[in-house]
Amino acid sequence: MSAARPAARGTRPPAGRWLREHLVLVLGLLVLLYTFVPIAVVVLMSFNEGTRNVYAFQSFTLDNWANVCEDQSMCDALWVSIRIGVLATLGATLLGTLAAFALVRHDFRGRSASNLLIFLPMAAPEIVLGSSLLALFVAAGFSGQLGFWTILIAHVMFCLSFVVVTVRSRLAGMDDSLEQAAMDLYATPAQTFWRVTLPLVFPGILGAALLSFSLSFDDFIVTNLNAGTELTFPMYVWGASQRGVPMQVNVIGTVMFVLSIAVVLVGELGSRRRSRALSR
Amino acid sequence: MSQVAEGAGPASAPGVVPGADPGGARGAAYDGLRLRSVTKRFATFTAVDDLDLDVPAGSFFALLGPSGCGKTTTLRMVAGLETPTSGSITLGEQDITWAKPYRRPVNTVFQSYALFPHLDIFENVAFGLRRRKRKDVKEKVAEMLDLVELGSQARKKPAQLSGGQQQRVALARALINEPEVLLLDEPLGALDLKLRRGMQIELKRIQTEVGLTFVHVTHDQEEAMTMADTVAVMNAGVIEQMGAPAELYENPRSTFVANFLGQSNLVAGTVLSRSADLTTVDMHGIQVSVPTARTHTDGDAGWVGIRPEKVLIGDEGAELDAPGNTIPGGVVTDVSFVGVSTQYLVRMPWGQELQVFAQNTGRQRLFTTGERVELSWRPEYAFLLDAAQDASAGAQRDGA
Repeated sequence: MSAARPAARGTRPPAGRWLREHLVLVLGLLVLLYTFVPIAVVVLMSFNEGTRNVYAFQSFTLDNWANVCEDQSMCDALWVSIRIGVLATLGATLLGTLAAFALVRHDFRGRSASNLLIFLPMAAPEIVLGSSLLALFVAAGFSGQLGFWTILIAHVMFCLSFVVVTVRSRLAGMDDSLEQAAMDLYATPAQTFWRVTLPLVFPGILGAALLSFSLSFDDFIVTNLNAGTELTFPMYVWGASQRGVPMQVNVIGTVMFVLSIAVVLVGELGSRRRSRALSR
Repeated sequence: MSQVAEGAGPASAPGVVPGADPGGARGAAYDGLRLRSVTKRFATFTAVDDLDLDVPAGSFFALLGPSGCGKTTTLRMVAGLETPTSGSITLGEQDITWAKPYRRPVNTVFQSYALFPHLDIFENVAFGLRRRKRKDVKEKVAEMLDLVELGSQARKKPAQLSGGQQQRVALARALINEPEVLLLDEPLGALDLKLRRGMQIELKRIQTEVGLTFVHVTHDQEEAMTMADTVAVMNAGVIEQMGAPAELYENPRSTFVANFLGQSNLVAGTVLSRSADLTTVDMHGIQVSVPTARTHTDGDAGWVGIRPEKVLIGDEGAELDAPGNTIPGGVVTDVSFVGVSTQYLVRMPWGQELQVFAQNTGRQRLFTTGERVELSWRPEYAFLLDAAQDASAGAQRDGA
C-alpha cells in the first residue's frame, strides 16, 4: 500500500503528502496537548517556590510536597471532601443501582415518567438545584443544621441520576437470555443475581461509583449553597483564590491526577493480564 | 387462515403419534412430554391456541413453522420461561405447568447460545452441576467437553470461540445435566450453511448416543426433516399436521403443509365421484384420480396436489411411464438447469404454470422454452386438499 503511493502521487511535495496522510494523527495529538497542558501546569506549579507571585514559576522546590498541610484548614477541607465523596458515592451507587434495576427490569405504572424525571437533575442548572435544595432545607427547619449532612444529601441527589443512567445502559445492553439460561440451569433467582447478573453489570456499577466520587469531590455550586459553616476542598480553593492560592493546592491536584491515572492503569493492566492468561 | 386451522387441527392433532391417543393412553404410564389444551395469550395476540402435543420419551421431535407461528413460545412454556394462559404441561407423571424453570428437569439450548461471557468454557458447562451441588464436576465436564470435541478449549472465554464452537458449548452445558427433555431453540440458525449441515449430523449422533428426548424448534424444513423422527408443522398457534418427515412430505393434509414442506403444484378441481379407494376429480376438463387415503376433503371441490418431482414431462403423445393421469397441451415457459435436475415451468391450457423437476438421468432429452409438452403423474402420488384453504398458504418461494 505505502509502497505504491509514492509512484502514484510522485508530483506532490513530500512534506505536504506526509501531512495529508497523517492529518488525523496530527489533529489527535494537538487535542491531547490541549487537554493536558493545564494538568502539566498544575504538576509544574506543585514544585514552585511561590511565596510572592503564585501565578509565575519562581524556582524549583520540594517544600510544598514536604509540608502539604502547612495550612491546616486546607487539609481539614480536603478530609471533609473525601468523607463526603465516599459516603455520597456509596449512597448514590446503592440507590441508583436499585433504581436502574427497577427501571429496566420491572414494568410498573409511571415507569416512563420516572425514566424522564431521573434525567432532570442532570439537565437542570446546578445553581437552580442548589438554591432549591437550600429553600427546601430552610423550609423544613434545618437552616441551623446546614453542614456535613445537608451537603451529603445534596451530593447523593445529583450523583443519583448519573448512576441510574450508567447502570441502566449497562443493564439494558445485557442479553435477557443470559439470566434465563441461568434459571434454566437450576440457578434460583438469588443465585442468578449473584452469579450472572451482578458480575455482568459490575463494570457499569464501578464506573458509576468512580463518576459519583469525582462529581462529589468536584462540586462547588450546590455545596456552597448548602454548606452552612462547613468547608469543602473546592470551597477552600475558591476562598483562597481571592488572596492567592497556596502552592499546596497544586500538590493535591497532582495527587488526584496521579490517583485517577493509577486507577485507569490498574484496570487496563488487569484486563490485559486476564486476556493474556486466556490466550495461553 | 382460520379455515386452515379448523380443517387441519382436529384431524391431525391426536392419534398421529403411535400410542399417544389420549383415550387409549389413559391409565397407562406415559413417560414423555405432554401438552394439553395449552393456550398462551399476550396482550394483543394469541401465540399458542389450544395446543395438544405428545412427545414420546427418547424421540427427536421437531416443531417446524414460520416465524411468529408460536413454536418458540411453546418451547419457552415447556422450559418454564413463560407460563401458559391455560392448559397443562406434564412430563411423565409430573405436572410442570407452573413449576419454576430451575425446578424442572428440562434444559434449553438458546438461539443466541446465551453463554455466560464472564465464565470460561469449563465453568459454563459446569454451571448446572454446581447449582445442584453435584459431585465429580471435573470428570463430568471433561467428559462432556470431549463429547463435543472441545476438551482443549476448557479455559477459554466464550468470546474466543467460533460460532460453531459456541454452539457446541451451549449444547454441552445443557446436556451435562441429563435433562428429561432437551429443548433446542433454532440452535443452528446463526451458523453458516456448511457448518449447519455438519452440526445437524452431529446433533443427531449425540441424540442417539445419549438417548434423551430432544425438542427442536426450527423454521428450516430441511433441518427438521433431516434430524427429527417426528415433525409437527405449526402455523398461527396450532399444529397443522404431525408425523414422520416422509409421511408429512408425501401426504400433506393442508395447503400450508404442502407448500411449507418442499413445494407443491395445487390445481383447482371438482370431485366427480368417490369410491372405496379412489376419488375421481375433474381438473379443468381432465379427469384425474386420487387415492382415498390421500383425499383430505369431504367437499365437492378441492386442490389436486402433486409434488414437482413426481410430475413427468414428455413430448406430446409420448408414452410416459404412467398408467395414470395425463394432461396434454402444456407449453414450457421456463427452464432452469441445476445439474442433478432440470426445473421446468409449464403453462397449462387453463393458464396456470406448473413446476416440474426432472432428474437428469440421461434417459430423456432436455426441453426448451416454447416447446409443447404433456405432463403425467402416477395417481398414487397425488393428494386432494380442502378447496377452502388458501392455495398459497405457507409458500416460501413463488412456487405453487
